[in-house]
Amino acid sequence: MSTAVIHYIDHPHPVTGVTNSKLGVWLFIASEVMLFGALFSSYIILRIGNPAWPHGWMVLNVPLATLNTMILITSSVTMVMSWAALMMNRFDRFRLYMGLTILLGLAFMGVKGFEYSSKFHHEHFPWTDNFYGIYFTLTGLHGLHVLGGILLNLYFLVTGKRLWTRNPKMFAGRIEAAGLYWHFVDLVWIFLFPSIYLL
Amino acid sequence: MSEHNEHHELGFIRTYVFSIDHKVIGIQYAITGLLFLFFGFCLMMLMRWQLAYPGEALPLIASWFENSQMMPGGVMSPDLYNSFGAMHGTIMVFLGVVPLAVGGFGNYLVPLQIGAPDMAFPKLNAASYWSYFVGGVVMLCSFFLPGGPAQSGWTSYPPLSILASTGQTAWLIGMVFLITSSLLGSINIIVTIVQLRAKGLSFFRMPFLVWAQFVTSFLLVLAFPPLEAAAVFQLMDRVAGTSFFMPSGLVVGGMPLQVAGGGNPVLWQHLFWFLAHPEVYVLILPALGIVTEIIANNTRKPLYGYKTMVYSVLFLGFMSFIVWAHHMFMTGMGTTMSNFFQTTTMIISIPSVILITCLIITLWGGSIRFNLPMMFALAFLPMFAIGGLTGLPLGLATSDIYLHDTYYVIGHFHYVVAPGTLFALFAGIYYWYPKVTGRMMNNLLGKLHFWISFLAINGIFMPMFIQGFAGVSRRLHTPNFYAHAQAVQGTNVFMSISAWVLGAAQLFFIINFFLSLKAGKRASDNPWDATTLEWATPTPPPHGNFLQEPVVHRGPYEYSVPGKATDYIPQQVS
Ligand code: HEM
Ligand SMILES: [Cu+2]
Repeated sequence: MSTAVIHYIDHPHPVTGVTNSKLGVWLFIASEVMLFGALFSSYIILRIGNPAWPHGWMVLNVPLATLNTMILITSSVTMVMSWAALMMNRFDRFRLYMGLTILLGLAFMGVKGFEYSSKFHHEHFPWTDNFYGIYFTLTGLHGLHVLGGILLNLYFLVTGKRLWTRNPKMFAGRIEAAGLYWHFVDLVWIFLFPSIYLL
Repeated sequence: MSEHNEHHELGFIRTYVFSIDHKVIGIQYAITGLLFLFFGFCLMMLMRWQLAYPGEALPLIASWFENSQMMPGGVMSPDLYNSFGAMHGTIMVFLGVVPLAVGGFGNYLVPLQIGAPDMAFPKLNAASYWSYFVGGVVMLCSFFLPGGPAQSGWTSYPPLSILASTGQTAWLIGMVFLITSSLLGSINIIVTIVQLRAKGLSFFRMPFLVWAQFVTSFLLVLAFPPLEAAAVFQLMDRVAGTSFFMPSGLVVGGMPLQVAGGGNPVLWQHLFWFLAHPEVYVLILPALGIVTEIIANNTRKPLYGYKTMVYSVLFLGFMSFIVWAHHMFMTGMGTTMSNFFQTTTMIISIPSVILITCLIITLWGGSIRFNLPMMFALAFLPMFAIGGLTGLPLGLATSDIYLHDTYYVIGHFHYVVAPGTLFALFAGIYYWYPKVTGRMMNNLLGKLHFWISFLAINGIFMPMFIQGFAGVSRRLHTPNFYAHAQAVQGTNVFMSISAWVLGAAQLFFIINFFLSLKAGKRASDNPWDATTLEWATPTPPPHGNFLQEPVVHRGPYEYSVPGKATDYIPQQVS
C-alpha cells in the first residue's frame, strides 16, 4: 500500500510536546468525562427528586466494594510499572506487570460479578427501583469500560513483541496511552465508590 | 517524498470501499450524506401531501398501499405521519447534514488545507465512516420493524418515547453508533489540525474553514457524550424496565401505568438539549467556513476581520454550551433560571452577527465574480440572517411562550439549516467538485438549480412564520383540524407545491453531478485562482496529497496585494 508519512506517531511534536495518539487519548478522555459527568449529574438529580432514595451503605456490600477499590488502585500501579519497564528496556518485566494488570482487572470483574449475582439472588434488579436502576447502570457501564481496558491490554500483551522489536518508541507510546485510559477508568471508580456505596 | 507517494495497485475494494485515504473517506461520507438528505426530503414530500390535502389519498402511488395498516387506502395514518416526521428530522440532522459537512467536507479538505498527507489516524477515520454507515442502516431498518420507526420526534421526549413501539429502541441503538462515529471523527480532525499543520502554517494562518471544523469538532467531542448518557438511560427505561425518565402515577389510556416511578422526564430534555443546541452550530459552522472560503475567493479581497471571525467562532463555541435551556422555557423553570438562559442566548447572538457582518463587509468594494459557488454562498447570507433574527423572539421567554412548538419554530430553524446550511453545502460542492473530480460542473444546469431552488425554498419556509403567528402547532397530522388553523390552510397548499418544485429542481443538480463527471470541462489544478493549500495539489490529489511537503509563508487570503502582478499569492509561494 502506498504510505504517506504521518508525522509525530512515535516522537512528540516539538511545540505541543505530545504524540498524535497521546493527544487523541486525552481528547477521548475529555469526552468520557462529559459522559460520566452527565451520568453523575443525572444520578444527583434523580436522587434529590426522590425522598425515598436509600443510603448506599445500608443496602450495598461496602466491604466488597472496598476490596474492589484496592484491587483497581493496585492495577493502576502495575500499569505504570509496565510502562516504566519499557522505558528501562525490559520487555520481560513489561510482560509481567501487564499480565498482573490484566489479572487484577479480571479480579475486579469477578468481584463485581459476585456482587451482581448476589443482588439478583435477593431479587434486586434494575427494574426494582431507581436506586438499583442507577446502581446497575452506572457500575455496569463502568464495568464495560474495565472490560474494554482488559481487552486492550490483552491485545498489547499478545501482539506487543512484534511492534516492540520493530519500533520500541511507538510501542511505549501506545502503552502510555493505554495507561492513561486505564487510570481514567480507575478514577471513575474512585468517584463511583463513595457516591453510590458510601452516601 | 517520492517513495511515500508511490502507487501500489490496491484493487477496487481496498481503493474505494475499505479505503483509509482521507479523500476517499470524505467522498464516501459526502455521497452517503447526500443520499440520506434526498431520502429525508422524500419523506417530507410525502408528508407535504397530507398537510396540503388532509385525508386525501396520495396521488399515483395510493394503490400500492391499498391494504397496508400504515396507509389504509393510500391515506397516511397519524402514526405514519409521526414516524415520517421523526425520521425526517433525525435523518436530516444526524445522517445528512453532519456527515456531509463534517465527515465529507471536513475529511476531504482539512488535511489538504493544512498541508498534511492524511488524517492523523487513517484507520480510525475508516472506522468512523463505517460506524456511521451501520448507524444509518439501523435507522433505515427501523422502517421495517413492526409498528414502524420512531415516532416521538427527533427529540424523543419521554414519556412518549418510552411507551413507543420498538422503532424507538432501534433509534437509540442507531444513535449510539452515530455518536461513536462523530466522536472518532472529530477527535481525528482535532489531532490532525493540532499536530499535522505544514511548516509555517501557524494557527492564525489557517483558512477559516479549518477553524470552523476545529471548533465544530470540539462541540462534537464535548456535547455528544451527554446525549449518549441519555440514550443509555432511555435504553434502560425501554428494555430493562427502569424509570429514569418516567414519573410516578402516570395514567396512559385511562389506566395507571405500572412503572417503578420516581423518574424525571425533564431530565431527558436537559441532556438532549445540552447536545442539541451545540448541534445547531455543528450544522452551521462548517457551512459558514465553506461560505467564507468562497466569498474571499470570489471578491478577490482579503477577508475582512479574519482574526475577529476566529475569536467570534471560538466564543460562539464556548457559549453554545450554556444556552441549552432556551428550548425549555415551557417546562416551568423558575425566573432565575429563565433569566440566565435568556441572557446567554442574547449574548451568543453577538458573535453570530459579527461573523455575518464580516462577510458582508468583505463584499464591500470587491470585484465580485458571480460564478455558481458564489451565487449559493451569497444566498446563504440573507437566508442565514433571517434564520438567526427569527431566533431572537424564541430566546426570550415572553414571546417564546406563544411561539413555542408552532410552525414559527419550524420556519426559524429551517431558514438556518435549509436555505442556509444546505445552500452553503451546495456552494461547497460546486466549488470543490473540480478539485475532487478534475472536471467543472455545468453552468446552465447549475444556474437552473440555483434559481428554482432559491425561489421554491423560500416559498416553503416563509409561510411557516404566518402559520406560526396564526397558532398552528407543529407535528400536526391534520393541520386544519382546529378551527383557528383553517384560515391559513391555503398556505399549506402553497408550501407543498413549493416543496415539490424544490424536489424537481434537485434533478438539475443530480443530472449535473453525473453528467459533469463524464462530460464536464477539464479543470486545471487551480481553476478559481485560489490561494489556499488544497489548490497546490495535482487534480485530483494523489494518495499522500502533496508532491512535496508544502511550506507556508503567509496568511490564507492574500488576494489583490498592491504592487503584485497576479491578483492572488498562494500561501506556499515564498
Ligand atoms: C429542504 C427541505 C426541507 C423541507 C421541505 C422540510 C420541511 C419540514 C417540515 C414541514 C417539518 C415539520 C413537520 C411537522 O411538524 O409535522 C420539518 C421538521 C423538521 N425538519 Fe425539515 N425540512 C427540510 C429540510 C430539513 C433539513 C436540512 C433539516 C436539518 C438539517 C431539517 C430538520 C428538521 C427537524 C429537526 C424537524 C423537526 C422534526 C420533529 O418535529 O421531530 N429539515 N421539516
Ligand atoms: Cu438552542
